[in-house]
Amino acid sequence: MFFLNAGQSSWDKFVGDFVFNLIEKDRWKYLWNGLGVTLKITLFAVLLGILIGMVVAIVRSTHDMTGKMKIPNFICKAYLSVIRGTPVMVQLLIAYFVIFTSPGISKVMVAILAFGINSGAYVAEIFRSGIMSIDKGQFEAGRSLGFSYVQTMTLIIMPQALKNVLPALGNEFIVLLKETSISGYIALEDLTKGGDIIRSQTFNAMFPLITVAVIYWIFVAGLSHLLTIFERRLRTSEH
Amino acid sequence: MSTNGIGTELIEVVDLKKDFGKLSVLKGINTTIKKGEVVVVVGPSGSGKSTFLRCLNLLETPTGGKVIFEGVDLADKKTNIDLHRQKMGMVFQHFNLFPHMTILKNMTIAPMKLQNKSAAEAEKLAMEMLSRVGLADRANAYPSQLSGGQKQRVAIVRALCMQPDVLLFDEPTSALDPEMVGEVLEVMQDLAKEGLTMVVVTHEMGFAKEVGTRGIFMDGGHIVEENNPKEFFENPQHPRLKEFLSKVL
Ligand SMILES: Nc1ncnc2c1ncn2[C@@H]1O[C@H](COP(=O)(O)OP(=O)(O)O)[C@@H](O)[C@H]1O
Ligand SMILES: [Mg+2]
Repeated sequence: MFFLNAGQSSWDKFVGDFVFNLIEKDRWKYLWNGLGVTLKITLFAVLLGILIGMVVAIVRSTHDMTGKMKIPNFICKAYLSVIRGTPVMVQLLIAYFVIFTSPGISKVMVAILAFGINSGAYVAEIFRSGIMSIDKGQFEAGRSLGFSYVQTMTLIIMPQALKNVLPALGNEFIVLLKETSISGYIALEDLTKGGDIIRSQTFNAMFPLITVAVIYWIFVAGLSHLLTIFERRLRTSEH
Repeated sequence: MSTNGIGTELIEVVDLKKDFGKLSVLKGINTTIKKGEVVVVVGPSGSGKSTFLRCLNLLETPTGGKVIFEGVDLADKKTNIDLHRQKMGMVFQHFNLFPHMTILKNMTIAPMKLQNKSAAEAEKLAMEMLSRVGLADRANAYPSQLSGGQKQRVAIVRALCMQPDVLLFDEPTSALDPEMVGEVLEVMQDLAKEGLTMVVVTHEMGFAKEVGTRGIFMDGGHIVEENNPKEFFENPQHPRLKEFLSKVL
């Protein structure tokens, strides 16, 4: 009887909190819209990161293999050093307050650029290790058939390297999903900020913040699970 | 044997030199390879055989000298090497098939991308080639599903699909289990009979003697002796070739 009562009252409290924090005044919209912003920034930042990362990786491994592209390689190394050597939070603030200050550029765009440029540095090293993991004989076989350097890279090396690094790229998506939670610092209403806004309105910290955490966790755990299945598939289809 | 089919000059190697840093690997190689020849290159390990072969299609950039192929100096920086490589196939010790493509795709990708052949044309040629080496039924398999000997036979016909004027072999049977060496040498012998020009680095002395039209002995970055196979194997002149043959035969 006692337990039932206790259960009953905590359940009542949960329902009460739920209604107060999320239903009243449509506060759930802060989380829903915030989630949209978070996913948008993450997705486009990952795509930008892959693009930058691929170019940087090709420049770096071309330099390592042939000794050519000295100046582009130098620029790439400087980029990697700066991005990997400073906190992403500082990079985001610099992007917003120093570099992309033009009023014509949206905050979401600034965040995509900042996180994309940041991610590119990590993706570049993922790709580079992927390219370097391909046997040198593959490259020589391509060239000996008459393929140019670029053709050999795109037709023979990159498809194999990409397959090797897909799991690591998926992981980068997960990392970035969590990293974008600092977007509130440039006044972007992402998922984290959404929860924080609710907290400031209801003066209830626990319910909205735990809800935010659970939403992140569902996405990260779900993606990790998909990634595991995907990796297993890759391995069984290993040619 | 195709000795009587030997024709005009195909590759002229003039004072070819290759250094790796301070290490001088090729110290001035001079030789001429004619159409229809099967040149077998033998010599101790580390004597520069692979480097010599790889300089012929510029997989290694020569430090000095000329490699004149069909009248064009490949070592000249202004030469578009990609174009000329289409006419020089190469077969590697470790096959180097593309693992992410089927056997058929391995064989059609270069003709389609480089010679603008249609898929149908390229596939027809590839299937003919595969039938020749008894692997038509493996066209849709992936390289990992093949034995070593099968992989090397595919590697040979992949190179042939570009219809090259010369085929370069770098120890094509050295990575194979002994029972698979024969099937690969057989294919090479057939090609020789048809008059394909080949340069073969090999340790298979039986093959060299029987199929080769000329033997080259390399030692210490030089061509030490060069002769027709009969003289080369039965009446070697240079003491180092005598010593080498006494060890390997
Ligand atoms: N890419 C390279 N860098 C440095 N040294 C090399 C390289 N390739 C070959 N060598 C050296 O050149 C010499 C000749 O090698 P190679 O042509 O492979 O000989 P072979 O094929 O006759 O065994 C060896 O001492 C080898 O270590
Ligand atoms: Mg060798």
